[in-house]
Amino acid sequence: MTASRSRQGSETQRWRLPAGGAIDRSQPLAFEFDGTRYSGYAGDTLASALLANGVHLVGRSFKYHRPRGIYSAGVEEPSALVQLATGARTQPNTRATMVELCDGMRATSQNCWPSLRFDVGAIANAMSAMLPAGFYYKTFMWPPTPRWWLRYEQLIRRAGGMGRAPTEPDPDHYQHQHAHCDVLVIGGGPAGLAAAQAAAAAGARVIVCHQSARFGASLVGSEAKIGARLAPDWSEGAVAELAAQRDVTLLARTTAFGYYDGNLVGAIERVAGSAADAALAVAHLPRERLWMIRAKAVVLASGAIERGIAYANNDLPGTLLADAARIYVKRHAVRLGARAVVFANNDRAYAGALALREGGTEVAAIVDARPASRLEGVLPARARDAGIVLLPASAIARAHGRLRVCRVDVVPLAGGAATSLDCDLVAVSGGHNPTVHLYSQARGTLRYDPVTASFLPDGSPLPIVTAGAVQGCFDLAQALRQGDAAGRDAAARAGLVARPAMVHVAPDGERAAVEPLWSVPARGKAGKAFVDLQDDVTVRDIELAAREGYHAIEHLKRYTTLGMGTDQGKTSNVIGLALMAKQLGVSIPEVGTTTFRPPYTPVTLGAFPGHAQGPRVEPTRYTAMHDWHEAQGARFVNAGLWKRPHSYPRAGESEDAAVLREARNVRSAVGIVDVSTLGKIELQGRDVAEFLNRIYVNRWDTLAVGRCRYGVMLREDGIVRDDGTTSRLDAERYLMTTTTANAAAVMQTLERLLQVDWPELDVHAASVTEQWAAAALAGPRARQVLERVADIDVSNQALRFLDTAACNLRGAGEAIPARLFRISYSGELAYEIHVPADRGRAMWDLLLDAGQPQGLMPYGTEAMNTLRIEKGHVVIGAEIDGRTTADDLGMGRLVSPAKWCIGKPLLDRPALTAPDRWQLVGLTALGGAPMPRGAKLVADPDAPLPNPILGHVTSWCFSPHLDAWIGLALLAGGGARHGASLWAVSPLATARVRVAVGPPCFIDPDGERLRG
Amino acid sequence: MMLIPCPFCGPRSQVEFTYGGDATLRRPAGDADPSRWADYVYLRDNPCGPHDELWYHGAGCRSWFVLRRDTRTHDIIASAPVGEPLDGTRP
Ligand SMILES: [Zn+2]
Repeated sequence: MTASRSRQGSETQRWRLPAGGAIDRSQPLAFEFDGTRYSGYAGDTLASALLANGVHLVGRSFKYHRPRGIYSAGVEEPSALVQLATGARTQPNTRATMVELCDGMRATSQNCWPSLRFDVGAIANAMSAMLPAGFYYKTFMWPPTPRWWLRYEQLIRRAGGMGRAPTEPDPDHYQHQHAHCDVLVIGGGPAGLAAAQAAAAAGARVIVCHQSARFGASLVGSEAKIGARLAPDWSEGAVAELAAQRDVTLLARTTAFGYYDGNLVGAIERVAGSAADAALAVAHLPRERLWMIRAKAVVLASGAIERGIAYANNDLPGTLLADAARIYVKRHAVRLGARAVVFANNDRAYAGALALREGGTEVAAIVDARPASRLEGVLPARARDAGIVLLPASAIARAHGRLRVCRVDVVPLAGGAATSLDCDLVAVSGGHNPTVHLYSQARGTLRYDPVTASFLPDGSPLPIVTAGAVQGCFDLAQALRQGDAAGRDAAARAGLVARPAMVHVAPDGERAAVEPLWSVPARGKAGKAFVDLQDDVTVRDIELAAREGYHAIEHLKRYTTLGMGTDQGKTSNVIGLALMAKQLGVSIPEVGTTTFRPPYTPVTLGAFPGHAQGPRVEPTRYTAMHDWHEAQGARFVNAGLWKRPHSYPRAGESEDAAVLREARNVRSAVGIVDVSTLGKIELQGRDVAEFLNRIYVNRWDTLAVGRCRYGVMLREDGIVRDDGTTSRLDAERYLMTTTTANAAAVMQTLERLLQVDWPELDVHAASVTEQWAAAALAGPRARQVLERVADIDVSNQALRFLDTAACNLRGAGEAIPARLFRISYSGELAYEIHVPADRGRAMWDLLLDAGQPQGLMPYGTEAMNTLRIEKGHVVIGAEIDGRTTADDLGMGRLVSPAKWCIGKPLLDRPALTAPDRWQLVGLTALGGAPMPRGAKLVADPDAPLPNPILGHVTSWCFSPHLDAWIGLALLAGGGARHGASLWAVSPLATARVRVAVGPPCFIDPDGERLRG
Repeated sequence: MMLIPCPFCGPRSQVEFTYGGDATLRRPAGDADPSRWADYVYLRDNPCGPHDELWYHGAGCRSWFVLRRDTRTHDIIASAPVGEPLDGTRP
C-alpha cells in the first residue's frame, strides 16, 4: 500500500531535483497537507517535502490573515506553523521546518477559514489601517466595564489565535534524564565538532547536543574541503569517531533551551524524530526526553540565524531567507522556483544564490545594498563568474503577488527609477544574528559589532566559551580553529590538561562584513513592510511606537508584540531595535536588546513533568493494613501522601450510613481505626525533658517513666503549630507523635532547633513513622478486647489513663511485641497499640478476631472525625488554621507560667489577648437542619450588607450520639457567648440555619468515659 | 537550579534542600524587650550580595548547615557545618 501511494506520490514531487541532497530516495513517505496527498523522502522535513511538491503557501498570518509561506529552514521559522496530526496527538503551532517527515503524517494550515486560499479573516488585511500597534489596548478600553471587555475578547480570540490545543489526554510519555559531564558542547556544526574532538582528546567527558537529526549544520551538502576530504565526509568521520568514544555522548535532535544556575543546561531531545506513533509505542520510547545536564564547562557553538530586510510585501509566499534557500537545494534537493531574485547586504547570501542556480532556478539578479566596490569577495566573484547579474547599491522596494510573489520592484538606494523583475522566488539576507540566547542567560554580556551588524558575546563570569558563527565567524577554517581552541579551553576549565591544537586545513572563504540595511523606505502606498512575520509587526508599527513614546525596547515589545510568539523574534528582534534606534537617532547599542529568557525554543509542556504525572506526581504511602482495608471495600481519602480509609460501607449501605454506624459502634461497643499515619518521632538523650519544655507550652520535666502527655507546640509568633502526645518510654527515651499532616515539618523544625539553636542539648531525634504500625481500639468494651491478647495486666489500676507499657500480643501465631498507650481521641476508653510495621497486619487480624464477641468494627477517618467533633478536639487545618493561639482553642491553661517556650514571649501581644478574638465554641443546629458547608456566623442573616461576620464554622457533622447536626466554630469573643443563638449562613449554598452556641464539647465533659 | 555543596555529602542538586533563612539570627532572651522579639520574628534584612543562610539537606543527610550565597548571582561562595567558619578552616 505504501508502495502504491508513493508511486502516485513521487509523480507529484515535481519540484524535486533529479539527484543530490541528503535524502533517502529509496524511502518514499506519503503525507497529507490540508487534505491533499503528497509524497516526500526520508530525510525531508515537512517544509522541504511541501516545497518539493511546489507548495509555498502554508498558512495565514496571526493578525491580518495574510498568506504566508516557508521563510526559513530551522528553529527560527516565524510563518510556517501548522497543526500536526489529529485527535489526542494533535499539536498546534508546529514549525514545519523542524518536523521530520514520517509516513502517514497529516498536517493542516492554521488561522484560516474556510480555506487557506480563500480566508474570510483576510478582511483584517483590508481593514488594516484600523489595526495599528496597540489597537486592542486603545479601542477596547470603552465602555470601561469588564463585561464589555470579555465580549470583545471572545471576538478577538476567534479572529486571532493560532492552532488548536488537543482536548484529550496526551497518549505519549516524556522522560527526564539527568546527566553530568566535563564539557557540554551546544551545536554540532564545524565549530562544535572541532570543540568536541579537542575536549575528548583532553580526556573530558563530553556531551554534544545538536538541534537537527543530522550533525554537521553548514557542512551538510557543502562542497568545501577540510584537509583532503569533502566537508560532509569530514563531518561524518568526526561524528563517527566521537561516537566511538566511551566518554562522548552525542545527542541529535536535541535543542539546549536554557542555561540555569549551577551550570545546568536544559535540553529537549525529540526522541520520536520521524518515527511513526505506532513504532514509538512498540519500542516504549518517550516522544521527548528532557535532559538536565550539569556541565563543568560549556562550549556554545550555537551558530547564527539569518535575518530578513523589511520592504513592502516582504511576507509573500515564495520569500525566504538565503541560507534556507541553500539548505533546501543542497540538503533536500528541492528546486525552489523558476526564477529568483536574491536580495542581500552580505557575502554569505551569495552561497544561497549559487545554490539556487545549481538547483535549477534561474537567478534574475542579486540585488545588493552594498556599493560595487565592496562586492570583491570570493563569493561575489563566483557569482559574477557564473554569469549572475549583480545590482549593487540597490534594494527591493516592493514585491507583488497575491498568493505567491510574481514580481519585485528594484530601486537604486541613491534614488532613481524602479526596475521590475519577474520572479517566483525571493531569497533575502539582511545579515546574521548570532544565537547568543544561552550566552546571555549565562550572565554573558553582549557587544554590538558594527562589522557584522550584530550582537556578539563579550564575556561571562561563568565557564562558557563560544566558537564559530555565534562569535560572528562565518569562515570555515576560522570556525574550526575557534572550535578547537574552545574545546581545549573548556577542558582546561573542567580541570583537565588540554592537548596541543589539532590541525584542520580548510579554505579561507566568506567574509562576515555586512552593510547594515534594516528596511527599504516605502514609496507611496506600497504595502506593508514586515519586521516580525509571526506577530504581523510592520515598520510603521515600530515608527508609531516611537512616536507614542514606547522607546524602551521592552516597552516596544509589549506595545507592538514584536518578538513574541513561538519564534520569540529570532528573525526580527534586531531589525526592530535597529529601526527604533533610527527613529530615536541613537546608536543600536543604546537601544539595547530584550532579555533572552528561556526556553530558546518552545518546549512541550508534557516534557517538564515527565513521568511525574497523575498518580506519579508524588509518592503514595500505604499503611501495613492497607490490603485489608481494600479487601473490605473501604473508601479511601488522601491524608498528605497517605491513603487512609474514609469509611467501610457494607453491601447496600451508603457512605453516610456507614459513618454513622461506625461512630455509633464506638460509643456503644468498640471500634478499631488504623492510626499508622500519625507522625512518630523518637527522642533520646539526657536532655529530652528540657528540650520538650522548650518546644511545648506545657511542662515535661514532671513526666514520669511510663506516662503520656498531650502537648501543644507554638510557632515563634505564638500561633499554634501542632499538637500530639509524647510518652516517656524510659528514663532517656521518649516517643513524640505529631499530626499526620505536620510530621515532616515538625521533624525538620526539631532538627533545626537541635543542630542550630541548641547544639548543647543531648537529644537525638529520629523519625520512626514508617517503623511502627498503629491502631486505636476505642469504646466501652475496648479493654475486654485487649485483655484477650495482651500478656500484661490492662486493668484500670494497672494501666491508667495516660499510661504506656510494653507487652506482647498473643494469638494463634507468633507473639507480637507491642507498646500500649492509653490515650483517647474519641473520648471513649481507648488504647493506641504500636507494633513493628511488618507485624501491623498480624496485629490488626489478631485484634479483629479477639474483638468479634464484643462487636468490634473497623471505623474510618470520617467516623473518627465525628467522634472528635463530639468531644471538641481540634485538628490541623480546621481549628489549628495558622491563626489561632492556644487560648483561642480553649487550651490557654496548658501554657505553663513556670517556664519559657518557643512562641511564649509574643503571646502577650495585645492582638493575641484581645477579648474579641475568635475563640473555639460548639454549635448545635436548631430545628434539625444540616449545617451548611463553609458557613459563616452572623447575628441576623437578613441584616443589610455588609453583614458583620462574627465567626465561621470550622468542622461540622451529624452526631449520632446527639441525633443532631453539630459543629465547632471560631467565634468572636466566643468564650463569653455560650448560650447565645446565631445564624450559620452560606450565601453560596443559599443555606442558613439557626444555631445554639455552647462549649466545644458535646459528650462527657468530665472525662468519665475515657478514665473508666 | 543551584548546585549546593552540603558540607557532609558534597555537591547536590537544589531540589534536595530546604531554605532556612538568615543564619546570623539569634533568638533573644526570654525576657528581652518585646521590640527585640518582634525584630527576631518578623524583620529580615534583604542583602544585595553575599548572604549567610541556613539550608537543610532534607533529602540527604538531614543536616542544617550554613551557606554563603550571593543573592544577586546565586554564586555559592562557601558552606560549612553550623558553628564552623565559612572560610574552610576548621577551628
Ligand atoms: Zn548532606
